[in-house]
Amino acid sequence: MDSFLNFSNENLWIEIWPELCLALAALLILGLDLFRKPDSSRLLSGRIAILFQLGLVIFHLFDYLVWHHTFDRVAFSGMLSLGIQGDVMRSFFLLSSLLVSILGHQYLKSGSLRCGEFHHLTMLATAGLMLLVQSSHFLMLFVALETVAICFYTLVAYNRTSEKSLEAGIKYLIFGALSSSLLLFGIVLIYGVGANPEAWGAVFAGYESQDPLGFKYISNLLESNPNNLLLKAGVVLIIAGIAFKIGAAPFQIWVPDVYHGSPMPVTAFLAVSSKAAGFFVLLNLVNGPFLGMAEFLMPLLGFVATFTIFFGNLAACAQQNLKRMLGLSGVAHAGYLLVAVMASMQFAGNSDRAVWVLFFYLFTYLLASFAVFGVMGLARLKDEMDHEFSVYEDLVAKHPWMAFVLVSGIASLAGIPPFAGFIGKLLLFSVAFEAKLHFSLIAMVVGVAISIYYYFGWIREIIFKPRPSFSDETEENEKDLWVKIPSFSMFKLCMITLAICSLILGIWQGPFGDAF
Amino acid sequence: MDMNFNQILLLGSIIVPALTSLVLFTKLVNKQSTVTSLACIGFIFPFVAGIILFANFDRSVSGYCFEIFYPKMGLHELKISFHLGLNGVSSPLFAMAGIVGLSAGWVAIHSGAKNLKLFLALLLFMQSGLMGLFASVDLFFYYLFHEFALIPTFIMIGLWGGRDRRSVALEITIYLTFGALVSLGGLVALNVLVESEKFDFPSLSLALSEAMLTESSQFKIFGLLLLGFGILVALFPFHTWAAKGYEVAPTSVSMLHAGVLKKFGLYGLIQIAVPLLPSGALEWSPYLLWLALGNVLFVGLVTLAQTNLKSMIGYGSVMHMGYCFLGVGVCSALGAGSAVMLMVAHGLSVSLMFLLSRFIYKRTGTFEMSQMGGLAEKTPILACCFVAASLATIGLPGFGNFWGELGVFLSLGENAENHIFLILAAVGIIISAIFGLRAVSKIFFGQVSDELKENTGNKKILDLGINELLPAGLILVTLLFLGLWPRGISERIDKEIYSRYSLSSSGQAGLLLPCCPMDKNQSDLSTDYEELKIKSETKK
Repeated sequence: MDSFLNFSNENLWIEIWPELCLALAALLILGLDLFRKPDSSRLLSGRIAILFQLGLVIFHLFDYLVWHHTFDRVAFSGMLSLGIQGDVMRSFFLLSSLLVSILGHQYLKSGSLRCGEFHHLTMLATAGLMLLVQSSHFLMLFVALETVAICFYTLVAYNRTSEKSLEAGIKYLIFGALSSSLLLFGIVLIYGVGANPEAWGAVFAGYESQDPLGFKYISNLLESNPNNLLLKAGVVLIIAGIAFKIGAAPFQIWVPDVYHGSPMPVTAFLAVSSKAAGFFVLLNLVNGPFLGMAEFLMPLLGFVATFTIFFGNLAACAQQNLKRMLGLSGVAHAGYLLVAVMASMQFAGNSDRAVWVLFFYLFTYLLASFAVFGVMGLARLKDEMDHEFSVYEDLVAKHPWMAFVLVSGIASLAGIPPFAGFIGKLLLFSVAFEAKLHFSLIAMVVGVAISIYYYFGWIREIIFKPRPSFSDETEENEKDLWVKIPSFSMFKLCMITLAICSLILGIWQGPFGDAF
Repeated sequence: MDMNFNQILLLGSIIVPALTSLVLFTKLVNKQSTVTSLACIGFIFPFVAGIILFANFDRSVSGYCFEIFYPKMGLHELKISFHLGLNGVSSPLFAMAGIVGLSAGWVAIHSGAKNLKLFLALLLFMQSGLMGLFASVDLFFYYLFHEFALIPTFIMIGLWGGRDRRSVALEITIYLTFGALVSLGGLVALNVLVESEKFDFPSLSLALSEAMLTESSQFKIFGLLLLGFGILVALFPFHTWAAKGYEVAPTSVSMLHAGVLKKFGLYGLIQIAVPLLPSGALEWSPYLLWLALGNVLFVGLVTLAQTNLKSMIGYGSVMHMGYCFLGVGVCSALGAGSAVMLMVAHGLSVSLMFLLSRFIYKRTGTFEMSQMGGLAEKTPILACCFVAASLATIGLPGFGNFWGELGVFLSLGENAENHIFLILAAVGIIISAIFGLRAVSKIFFGQVSDELKENTGNKKILDLGINELLPAGLILVTLLFLGLWPRGISERIDKEIYSRYSLSSSGQAGLLLPCCPMDKNQSDLSTDYEELKIKSETKK
């Protein structure tokens, strides 16, 4: 009876109210779609999803910033550890999910695809992501990760009529399953050693009374046995599994294909939320349980980061298809972010600065990515996947606001002032320098310079006059290339807000500058 | 916040062009006359502010005047705050930016470019960045304003450039962004390693005077800054982008970029790198001197081979940057001060050259010098201006460039080790005299070429109109003013440079910049012209 009481006392359900609300709303939307009258609007579920998530974002922000100042605490018998960093990431995922819903709403307007399920899956995946970043137990981590992954497998293949989307779905499923199994294998190795250290040549007194999958225990175990081969193998496998999720080289092979095939809002979702979650989990792991192995991990991560930066940027230069290019440039961004993760390890024990830099970078990446993907989603092409440079020729003359939003997004991704991406890169440079990661810093500088080639090449198509064409063919195509957006619509407002936010953040950081 | 008249002018010189530019970006104004008058306000305000602040500058003390400080703006994490002000080095450059900006704007307004509104908006944006760049005390904003000025350059080259504009714009963007990133790396290193309260020039030098950086880190940081700034200023062998870019860019952009924006890197080296990292500077100095010599001799010879007027001016400007680098590389107060002098004068003379090349193009329809000839008879005023401009570029007494180059040579002569550079650099003067005078003779004297007759047909070639004479005259008068009364700026440069370089080069004796008394007669414009006529006649 006591243990039951203890158990129920530790289950602080109220602590995970945003996740619960989101999951319930997701179910509600599914039900609503099921029982909707055939003549009512197909898009109703989208509107509800957007309104609900908007409310949730605002409510959640108020909750932890104004009403309840958060402090670090543990819930569910050590399964979840909550705190300000987790709350910031929750807001990040809620915001990202809201934007995915807005993009998805616009995307589903034109097609014949069903709406309810899309928003349902988005919200469920977000709930999973929110739990994922707060987990402090490998079981919880794996379950949350699989919840997210299954939603994503479906979402990537959501456009059932397109062969490319289905193909991308299969690819993502196979690579996702592979990465999950690597991760699981790593967890099992650590669990095996942790549950009975003496059998595997490791030492840890009093292991019997501890949970061998909890982060706290593993942290102590690794610290006292940094040279155990099995533990090392476990750590490497877990990091490899996460490297798949964030698209770090040499596990980036799925990125261009999956980005290329997915529907546009899902590509954005993958690029922002999925990657951010991977990074935060990696950050938690290397600064928590794996800190004892920092000496072993630093050169490994350093190699991965440098390789990722160069591979992403060089491969992106060669792409003609913009979705593939964005995927590979996202790989390069993963490399930059890995440098921040390494810096946080160098600051051992006082990693907050690097973590906030990572947050800032992720937020600027969110603003820029959704601006870019949002506008790209408006191109009405024969095949949705054919995003070539030529589609954007002289966009500035046809739709100035779209060009403004798109250029601000691209420039922010490239890190050109006065956009927020520049400040993100500046902060990244400064923490990398402070952590004495000189080699990675050089790789970053060279990588950013290479990236100007493809980012500016794109901007060039948008703003500069097109090459003179001698056929009349192009003019016919131009007529209905871009979706007509009413001059005062939610979508347009949202896109312009994104662009202006990244402009303002680039000039005036205000409270964000002091948050560190 | 209380601000006096001078501070309002300083802040206004950045904000007014930026605001007019924003208004022009929107659809608020569409009428041609409103657009031009708005743009006029945007160009005239910084000009007037530059002149007034130049005159009001307190010459008796070193350090910053007219300081504006907003601690709330900026990233506190990196000790950045918004801090404006002018010191002895930046005040002449600030005034120069205003002058060149006005004349570039003038040309742009009358250029009749397609989509003039957008062109003016971008040019005003660039102007705002240029004024901010020299007015910044904080290093981060100094860099940020530079980028503000740089980005419109790429767009304007891409939109209004000449042949090959698309590929040239891309090349320049990658090259210059790389340079800017490398120098950003150097600035970040300074930010992290120096434990100062704020990230601005005075705080950094205060912090460094108490605790110097180690020699190896000074060497590395100076190397980063030198590479980054070197790329941005077109230091040999990173100069290949420059001439190509200027050839393609519209005239106003070439003027502002070659004249003003390119001084960013030199300004950074003189204000930040050398005084803050003295031992790093001394270690790099021999390499820098050799590279600068590469600018003077190698690029000088390349300039000789040019047949296109605009690319000749472009290469010529790269070549003369070599003298500025020589002045910086000597690491003495005299060298740095003369480099500043030369920067101001060169900014004026090279933008004048670009301006005049445009006027010539308008009359002949080509930049190829072999397709011109005999213009002096038809356009005597233009010929007169061009002769004066090329003489200024060569560095003849009477123009500001002379004092700068003389100072650089003197500073090279101070130290016996540098005499080899002195001799070789002096050869450069001959080279620039050859290409300058050859351009004059090819364009304005001799027979009218057949191509020119064909191109112009029966049209009468007119001399400079009032809208062309004024911007050219503005720059020419300033150049003459500098040449006849260099003390006007050399005094304040001296004050500032000495207070900063006394830290670094304690062993070296400083020299005041040469100044010439007013009563000593200087060759004025007309006598130069006469001289030149004689020269070109004897050549024939």
